Amino acid sequence: MTALAHVPTAGGSPAPPPPVRRGRGRLLPYLLLLPGAAWLLVFFALPLLQLAAASLYDPAGSLSTGYAMTWAVGNYPDALQAYWPQFLRSFLYSAIALVLALLMGYPLAYAIAQKAGRWKNLLLVAVVAPMFTSFLVRTLAWKTILSDNGALVGLLRDVHLLGPDGRLLATPVAVVLGLTYNFLPFLVLPLYASLERLDPRLLEAASDLYASPLRAFGRVTLPLSMPGLIAGTLLFFIPATGDYINAELLGTPNEYMIGNVIDSAFLVRLDYPQGAALSFLLMAAILAIVFVYLRKAGTEEVL
Amino acid sequence: MRQMAQETPAGDLRLADLTKRFGVFTAVDDLSLTVPQGAFFALLGASGCGKTTTLRMIAGLEAPTSGQVLLGDRDITGLRPYRRPVNTVFQSYALFPHLDIHENVAFGLRRRGIRQVGDQVERMLALVQLQGYGRRRPAQLSGGQQQRVALARALINHPQVLLLDEPLGALDLKLRRQMQIELKRIQTEVGITFVHVTHDQEEAMTMADTVAVMNAGRIEQLGAPADIYEYPATAFVANFLGQSNLLAGEAGGHAGDEVLVTAHGARFSVPADRARLVDGPAFLGVRPEKLHLAGGPDDVPAGHQHVGGVVTDASYVGVSTQYLVRTAWGSELSAFTANSGLGGRLAVGTPVTAHWDPRHAFLLPRAGGEDDQTTPLLDEPPVGAVS
Repeated sequence: MTALAHVPTAGGSPAPPPPVRRGRGRLLPYLLLLPGAAWLLVFFALPLLQLAAASLYDPAGSLSTGYAMTWAVGNYPDALQAYWPQFLRSFLYSAIALVLALLMGYPLAYAIAQKAGRWKNLLLVAVVAPMFTSFLVRTLAWKTILSDNGALVGLLRDVHLLGPDGRLLATPVAVVLGLTYNFLPFLVLPLYASLERLDPRLLEAASDLYASPLRAFGRVTLPLSMPGLIAGTLLFFIPATGDYINAELLGTPNEYMIGNVIDSAFLVRLDYPQGAALSFLLMAAILAIVFVYLRKAGTEEVL
Repeated sequence: MRQMAQETPAGDLRLADLTKRFGVFTAVDDLSLTVPQGAFFALLGASGCGKTTTLRMIAGLEAPTSGQVLLGDRDITGLRPYRRPVNTVFQSYALFPHLDIHENVAFGLRRRGIRQVGDQVERMLALVQLQGYGRRRPAQLSGGQQQRVALARALINHPQVLLLDEPLGALDLKLRRQMQIELKRIQTEVGITFVHVTHDQEEAMTMADTVAVMNAGRIEQLGAPADIYEYPATAFVANFLGQSNLLAGEAGGHAGDEVLVTAHGARFSVPADRARLVDGPAFLGVRPEKLHLAGGPDDVPAGHQHVGGVVTDASYVGVSTQYLVRTAWGSELSAFTANSGLGGRLAVGTPVTAHWDPRHAFLLPRAGGEDDQTTPLLDEPPVGAVS
């Protein structure tokens, strides 16, 4: 048997490739990973470590006198005690903005994906187009839109939704509206991608099987759009919670979110240990929320 | 008593003057038919003939431009699909990818507020021979299995009418034959009215009690498969359901129990009960398997009619040999001879006489300019020749 098995090879077919090549082939994926991994190490992992260290510096130090590493774990409870209202406000504002964005964004994504026909690409461009201008400029534009002398406030005063001295700018409403507007595309695009793949024939099948349009939405459309919904809500919620530009430009210190506090800790008050501690607290809180959310929403149940 | 209730027993599906237009295109043109309760009814036609649109109007997924859909004496034309006692097996199956097989099958029951579905689902999965597959996802099943899930998902609701939209189209030949037998068995077992849309003439003939051949939004002929095959009503049906040799001629009136036909200078006749017309342009039709080949006019049995010709092609397909015979006036006839071991095979170039029993011929109306028609060989396997 063995002799027979050897005959064809000896007969002239080329020898199998040397095992060395196979080894190099196995290394290739890691080699391809190397640039990205190096980038992440130098510009993400190391700074993160540095930030973690800074959050444990002695708070008595300053930029001019230098900081001493004292493993000051107390920085965390201190920061939380000082700024818990801003923390709560961050999550509250971005949660309200998320609800508003969902109410607008889901129908919008559905319409573009399923009903827009030949207008689909144009509408997608319309969703993305504002991103071509700077975040700052867009938010400044909202300042004009919501200004006391603006048409919107005038209209709302005329229909008595606002009192004669009522205003939008420098209120929580303005900040929430700004957040909703600025992060809406991050919600709409992943939702669109999910809904675009939804086979309308499944809705016909649901309808054929006694599901009213509302039931068909709940049992077919919604579960099948879950991957996009989860991705979209995360892409909306995470940056919106950490945002400080909307509160800065459209609100007052009474509307400041945790991002504003971190901003001032690093750039105004130059209190690095506190800024770093707040950054880590924000990161931990978001990670906890995302973890609970994913467990609840159950990515496993989603294709 | 209301008159309608007397005319149609409860449960018959009736389409009355049903029309569907998409813009200027008329997909279904003033269609009327009755499907008796418990029947296995096939809508047969080429793609684009309006058969699927008809089905969708019965399901409620498409609103008719005019006309009515009636179940028994109940007008369901305006009813939303989820309110109709009608279920569909879709061509694409349209199984819910996010639900397992059990939940797919239970979908209709749950939507109607039925809580205890376990036993029913199990029984239905057993009926389609998919016990133990309840926890799998549709994507983990083969095409044939998915098809059976789609069937179970519709049947579990005990609809008054089950609509099947080319349900076997995506399956390979062998599986299709198997599922045809399965479907027929299940239909007999549950006794629900089946309306089956297909472009596969063999599928329609083997499964359905009644076949409606559709063309350009209208029904060309409706009847039992054998009746339609043996005595088609139009040239379209003669060519679509099986194959036919159609000789262009002129019908020339009655002679006793026969109708006389002249074609290409020769005189033929068909029995009066096999003639769709008595006068005017006509097609004299003979099915290829009923066209026999003899060595010369002298060998033709008494009472048979014949034309002379030369064999131009012979294809051996196992169960039969298919010949093309070129007539003196240049058109070709096809003749199928069973390979029963009797008689030898004819070589190309052999002069032959093609003959047939006039009781197997039929006479159909012909539009003025149309010439002889024969279905090209091996375009589609003849009915029953291949399995």
